[in-house]
Amino acid sequence: MMSEFASTQIIEVTYLIATVLFILSLKWMSSPATARRGVWAGEFGMLLAVAGTLLHRGIIDYKWLAAALVLGTIIGVPLGKVAMTAVPQRTALSHAFGALCVTLVGTAEFYLRAPSVPPFMMAVLGMEVILGSLTFTGSLMAAGKLQEILPQRPITYKGQNLVNLGVLAIAVIVAIILVLHPERVYLYPLIVILPLTFGVLMIIPIGGADMPTVISLLNSYAGLSAAAMGFVLDNKLLIIAGALDGASGFILSVNMSKAMNRSFSNVLFGAFGQEQASAAAGAETRAVRSASAEEAAAILGAANKVIIVPGYGMAVSQAQHKVRELYDALTKRGVDVRFGIHPVAGRMPGHMNVLLAEADIPYDKLMEMDDANGDFAQTDVALVIGANDVTNPAARTDASSPIYGMPILDVDKARTVMVIKRGMSAGFAGIDNPLYYSDKTLMLFGDAKSFVGSIVREVTGGSGH
Amino acid sequence: MKLDFLTSLYVFMLAGFIGFEVIRRVSPLLHTPLMSLTNALDAIAVVGAIILAGEHKTNFSAILGTIAIVAATSNIVGGFLITDRMLKMFKVSGPKKS
Repeated sequence: MMSEFASTQIIEVTYLIATVLFILSLKWMSSPATARRGVWAGEFGMLLAVAGTLLHRGIIDYKWLAAALVLGTIIGVPLGKVAMTAVPQRTALSHAFGALCVTLVGTAEFYLRAPSVPPFMMAVLGMEVILGSLTFTGSLMAAGKLQEILPQRPITYKGQNLVNLGVLAIAVIVAIILVLHPERVYLYPLIVILPLTFGVLMIIPIGGADMPTVISLLNSYAGLSAAAMGFVLDNKLLIIAGALDGASGFILSVNMSKAMNRSFSNVLFGAFGQEQASAAAGAETRAVRSASAEEAAAILGAANKVIIVPGYGMAVSQAQHKVRELYDALTKRGVDVRFGIHPVAGRMPGHMNVLLAEADIPYDKLMEMDDANGDFAQTDVALVIGANDVTNPAARTDASSPIYGMPILDVDKARTVMVIKRGMSAGFAGIDNPLYYSDKTLMLFGDAKSFVGSIVREVTGGSGH
Repeated sequence: MKLDFLTSLYVFMLAGFIGFEVIRRVSPLLHTPLMSLTNALDAIAVVGAIILAGEHKTNFSAILGTIAIVAATSNIVGGFLITDRMLKMFKVSGPKKS
């Protein structure tokens, strides 16, 4: 039988090794060549830490632990096997689960210690539970919107920010009262219920286009709440994992907010989707040039350099695999085909890269926005598929445009621009795109999947396929 | 007790800096798998839940702990699975086996 001292030592050592492995895991994520090793390091660290914890001397009841671990695995496996287009909602759901875990543990710890909770501990516990609760409902709402169970359209009303921040402020005030008077145990439910409400209210005004920022922000919150839980339990491994996750979410939300040209305070307070599209310009009747698949194929086939700019519209019409066929066909003819990816092209950071990788498009052909923008001037054809606002030159030139200042892909610098689009409707932001009326732009009207398919047939020589 | 919290704060601060430095270097190409990976790692919170449920100090704490284990474990399993699935898809161009 192990002494208590020995078991504590073993647990501490497993946590220490797990910490090293977690940091290495993230370090190896820096390149696709080493990234899978990163996953293995993370898995091994996790296994060690969980195994070590099971040695904890205080554990008297293994039945429920085993049942819970098995049930968690049963739920986890299908969540690990969702389609790549569903990864954003899966991620949001997992933020909710993480936050649920943290909130439940925090709540149990409070009632175990109440009414004598030391002030500093109450302060971090309050933070843990407030962040956890609001992340839980916020993430569920985000997942619902992404899965289109809930309406994607932002719902706004007057004084919304005031109401939302008011709810959160009351929760914080209650937490402060609990820090000063931990014996007022009856107040505790408020620091769960109010943030739960805030989480719902926070997501109501947010539209689909803002989801990348929201998911990153919720990721950061989930990490910070886990770190706070580490403070409460005096568990350094948890503090470190939470801090890493918090930092990651923070960096991604800053990236996303820059890509959407939103101020940082906008991110912190979650006040997105406020700007209602300033009069959606109505029916524009300016002339556009349209082209058929044959013409498009002829131009693409004669080009030296092509940059394809995919947007979420491409994923919606499931055109990725047709786009890969186009990539193959053009590459075979000696055309240099690459992809220009805007940071918010998908529904979460990096989503578009995953969707293209799934379609077997080599990742060394995927260019970040800045690299692509350096290349457009030497590009024969920029082919825009299902993207709109991220190619809108008004963001550079028209100070009155709601998206003015947003970094865009400068497709208009290419010699020819082709845009595959269903019709002339405006994009997410409801803003007209002057790109479509440019002399060098050819509009290819139709469904992305079938249109790209027709181009592929033309390029490969019209033989049925 | 006070000193423990101070040590924890140091740990948090240093881990935050490491996080920034390490994650800044992650290529935007991999931001989606990065998020699902950090999500899985974050579910290390399961160790707190295991102790809570295992110690069974009160029925209330044991029930909350058990539900927390389920939630965290599903994140661990699902998070690692999907991260690996995504990373497997990232290939370089070159001779293709079809």
